[in-house]
Amino acid sequence: MKFPVLKTYTVAYLIFLYAPIILLPIFAFNDSKVIAFPLQGFTTNWFKTMWADEQLFHALKNSLIVSVSTAILSTSLGIFAARATTGYAFPGKGAAAGLIMLPMVLPEMIMSMSMLVVFLAIGLPLSIFTIILGHVLVCTPFAVAILTSAFQSLDKSLEEAAMDLGEGPVSTFYRVILPLVMPGIVSAMLICFTISLDEFIIAFFLGGTETTLSVYIFGQFRFPAKVPSIMALGTILVCLSILLLTTAEYFRRRGLARTGGKDTGGFL
Amino acid sequence: MIAFRGVQKYYGDYHALRGITATINGGEFFSLLGPSGCGKTTLLRTVAGFEDISGGQVLIDGKDMAGVPPNDRPTNMVFQSYAIFPHLTVEQNVGFGLRKDPRSKDEKTREVDKTLALVGLTGFGKRAAHALSGGQRQRVALARALILKPKVLLLDEPLSALDKKIREQMQMELIKLQREVGITFVLVTHDQEEALVMSDRIAVMFDGEIAQLDEPERLYRKPASQRVANFIGTMNFLPARVLSGSAMVEVDVQGLGRVSLDAGQVSGAAIGGMPVVGFRPETLTILFEGQAPADREAMATVEEVVYYGDMTYYDVKIDGTDQQLRLSMRNVFGRPVLDIGARARVAWAPGALVLFR
Repeated sequence: MKFPVLKTYTVAYLIFLYAPIILLPIFAFNDSKVIAFPLQGFTTNWFKTMWADEQLFHALKNSLIVSVSTAILSTSLGIFAARATTGYAFPGKGAAAGLIMLPMVLPEMIMSMSMLVVFLAIGLPLSIFTIILGHVLVCTPFAVAILTSAFQSLDKSLEEAAMDLGEGPVSTFYRVILPLVMPGIVSAMLICFTISLDEFIIAFFLGGTETTLSVYIFGQFRFPAKVPSIMALGTILVCLSILLLTTAEYFRRRGLARTGGKDTGGFL
Repeated sequence: MIAFRGVQKYYGDYHALRGITATINGGEFFSLLGPSGCGKTTLLRTVAGFEDISGGQVLIDGKDMAGVPPNDRPTNMVFQSYAIFPHLTVEQNVGFGLRKDPRSKDEKTREVDKTLALVGLTGFGKRAAHALSGGQRQRVALARALILKPKVLLLDEPLSALDKKIREQMQMELIKLQREVGITFVLVTHDQEEALVMSDRIAVMFDGEIAQLDEPERLYRKPASQRVANFIGTMNFLPARVLSGSAMVEVDVQGLGRVSLDAGQVSGAAIGGMPVVGFRPETLTILFEGQAPADREAMATVEEVVYYGDMTYYDVKIDGTDQQLRLSMRNVFGRPVLDIGARARVAWAPGALVLFR
């Protein structure tokens, strides 16, 4: 029998990709301070330790403020950009759209360094506000990508029909366009929230003395005793991420189904 | 009702409308007919207010529509894609334009029900719009526009997405509906049959210009140019020569001989000119054995036979001509269908000839 090369490769690849994530819950429930096999028995103590950590809650609060603000700001900006690029022709449109999307591929390190220089130069103190500014820059391209697809699947004659039936440009937007792209908006917000939540480099560079969850977790790894409770936190975060991404994809697909558009590919 | 005065439209360098001047009367069923890209949809959209014009004027009820946005025009449109709002129910779609209507909610609901009944959708009010068939969407689109009682209803190829049976049924329903509501209908279509069936008057458009504006029958019988003749139905053409003429024009037609034509059949051909004579397939008749001879006859050879059940189409060549002519015969019981190569006596009528320059 022939050795199934491609099949083996695929399985090995998937194990390499996901095994480390599976280790998170395993060690989160393992009754030992050392992260090593063999396992020592089941415990939920690490979750309790984690729960009692006040610094963690402060970081979590920061992270939530940053992520929610980023999601709202990026998506709002994304709506304007997507509406402009799908609905209108204007000089320099290609260049503008390209420049908006660029942060998606620019190294975050370069962006955070240059932003840091600018903030220091203009005397803007580093805080969670500066993190938000950085995150909006990185998340907006993702919001634009999702929303552009949502706006594109809108039939232009729907808008014309609304105007024909007596609505002005503003009420047309509220009565027809917004409800139809709403699934795209929800999906964009969830993606931006997720990206912002686990972003590290910008949060580390622009946060000053304020830490977000990712920066806090990184800091905790210096103390071996803290590692198991980090594993517990990681487990919770994995579950939340999966939940969020699934919800985002659900809304994106529902949006397509409602407008009768074609699936042009999403994130899942 | 609607007047176009030298309407011009450019898209960059492309000249889409080249000086359209026409009047559409109140209560009329008016069609814009032409091949795709002739500017008919663009012209319709200038009435709705979706296209700015580059020159000339569009007037509705004597008022210049320049700068008036679609939402302030006394027109409503049925879109080619129907543009039914997918997030709303049938009821909400139909009532969409009533938001600013000062009437009470109950009255509006009654109005929606009444309009749904008018288009034959009673009981469909609560359905989701995206769960409708093509014909039903069409009706919702109609109801949504008619409920606002526009002065003009604009229809952009409303039947092109429907299959043949439903299309023919909708054609009849639209005619009836138009008589019932008495609103001016302006229909855009590329289907000449549809235009002939439905319209009071038709404007045939080619390359951004109106080639002929006439009633369906005149358009069919007396097309103004060979292009119009070819676009509407089938027409045969034979070369001819003008011999003399004032009230009656003497013409020598290849294969048919000398004919005197009424000046009304002639669009100003000069003596000695070499015009073309056209005639419809049904104006030629094959005379079978035993049939009385006609005033005008010619001998012909059958070159192609297409049998349609109720009709047979023959392509024949009249002696002395080098062109095939299309001829249509109703199949009467007991009459044979001729074979290819058969010789036949063909009767024709001078009155059916149209002279083209």
